[in-house]
Amino acid sequence: MIWNEEFETLPREALEALQLKRLRNLVDRVYTTVPFYRKKLEEKGYRPGDIRSLQDLSGLPFTTKIDLRDTYPFGLFAVPMERVVRIHASSGTTGKPVVVGYTRRDVDTWAELMARTLSCGGTTSSDVVQNAYGYGLFTGGLGGHYGAEKIGAAVIPVSGGNSKRQIMLMQDFGSTILLSTPSYALNLAEVMAEEGVDPSTLKLKCGLFGAEPWSEAMRKEIEKKLRISALDIYGLSEVIGPGVSSECLEEKHGLHIFEDHFLPEIIDPATGKTLPYGEAGELVFTTVTKEAFPVIRYRTRDISRLSVAPCACGRTHVRMERISGRTDDMLIIRGVNVFPSQIESVLIAVEGVEPHYQLIVTREESLDVLEVQVEVNESIFTDEVKGLEGLSRRVEREIKDLLGVSCKVKLVEPKTIQRSEGKAKRVIDMRKI
Amino acid sequence: MKVEQISIFLENKSGRLAEVTGTLAKAGVNIRALSLADTADFGILRLIVNNTDRAKQVMKDSGFTVAKTEVIALEVPDSPGGLAGILATLDKAGINVEYMYAFVQRSGDNAIIIFRFDELDKATRILLDAGVRVLKAEEVYAL
Repeated sequence: MIWNEEFETLPREALEALQLKRLRNLVDRVYTTVPFYRKKLEEKGYRPGDIRSLQDLSGLPFTTKIDLRDTYPFGLFAVPMERVVRIHASSGTTGKPVVVGYTRRDVDTWAELMARTLSCGGTTSSDVVQNAYGYGLFTGGLGGHYGAEKIGAAVIPVSGGNSKRQIMLMQDFGSTILLSTPSYALNLAEVMAEEGVDPSTLKLKCGLFGAEPWSEAMRKEIEKKLRISALDIYGLSEVIGPGVSSECLEEKHGLHIFEDHFLPEIIDPATGKTLPYGEAGELVFTTVTKEAFPVIRYRTRDISRLSVAPCACGRTHVRMERISGRTDDMLIIRGVNVFPSQIESVLIAVEGVEPHYQLIVTREESLDVLEVQVEVNESIFTDEVKGLEGLSRRVEREIKDLLGVSCKVKLVEPKTIQRSEGKAKRVIDMRKI
Repeated sequence: MKVEQISIFLENKSGRLAEVTGTLAKAGVNIRALSLADTADFGILRLIVNNTDRAKQVMKDSGFTVAKTEVIALEVPDSPGGLAGILATLDKAGINVEYMYAFVQRSGDNAIIIFRFDELDKATRILLDAGVRVLKAEEVYAL
């Protein structure tokens, strides 16, 4: 189901023309209204009117989380405070939060984008939306709320927590759509099992899950346990909140980025160079319609890749692959960028299961050495040496093919890889540089 | 005829073998035969014990990766050429020995050797046809 047929299925050519017009307006606007951007743009030699094609985007300066911290709280606002109608903030990992503002029109845009997201999951005005995202400074709660209201669905602003009450509401109010984090959805399934509630007696049909990274395996688990379709949605406060991109029910394969509002790029996080479609790298967004808090080339530190392959749902907007990791985890080995998620994908492909693994990087005679330790579980264990050695060689070959980096695979006993709070530490970098 | 063997994945670290044998001792499992295949990084310990299922369970519970494999036990004349004759028979039939190791116990005047083949059933048939005695599983566990 498509909320805004006209814009979501715009032919690429028309879409790009619209993007160019909006990009030019945005850059010239922040050049005059935000001293921070003006200074950065001038350092790059930018003069108003310099944007002539979408390719010119790659010549603009990046904006980083550090920039947001340095301009705390309102330094990047592009409108006077009397035009701001809402302020949200996300928890900062170091001290001060990141603060974002919205004009009345921004709030409308956001509601439109969340209406599109909810429609991706089949939501209509006859649905009952249980919104278990937190309400407050966090953008999840109010973002979902306004989107559901815009569609005309009945929204239950229950916020997060209190699982037993959530389940009671599902039963009594007949909730059909669930908004929450994927881990909370699994928690609800567990509580249902404990309480003896059969999910097939509920009216729930679809869940839109975001705000944290998750996996295909987790999707299958949620779908099986709650008997619903589970879609991945993506957003971040710095860009707008939820409503940046969403999977569709038709393919459940990659999240459509609402490109008439956000221009996505994938860059090499080490060099900042823009990468072509299909290559994995850091996701970067430019918001072309936001008034109060526009960002130019905001570096998300999330790892993804983009695809313009046509989609069964009819949307023409580019799709981003499910977030596979953070640039913070990136390793540079002999000059090659390596993401743990890429190694993981090789292991899953070779073994057919999600293994526990760890990457150990050392330096021997000024050369980086990558060792991939893989725990031997029953599904990959064979009684013969040649079977296990064959497996190691195969993984080494596949990693070399994919990344162009040689590594050594070392098979280790189960539970030898350290886990913190159930999650394995993926990288140990022992290089002394 | 097939004998159940358990195989345990071991890293090449000191104390691992002691850990395995200690765990089995505590569980009252008696080891009848064993062999250790090793590489630079890891080893595979193969055991014939008096209670395979119990051994497998206690090893799993102790966090080891364990597999059950089928092998056969042959009586080999304890005289020069005893093993050579059996291997020649297998070679003629084109059967590949994955690995083999000897039993500590003897069966009368004969030695006992454990064999793992890629084609276990075919190998068993050919050996029986050649007059080699293949031990029954119960005989092996009770030795």
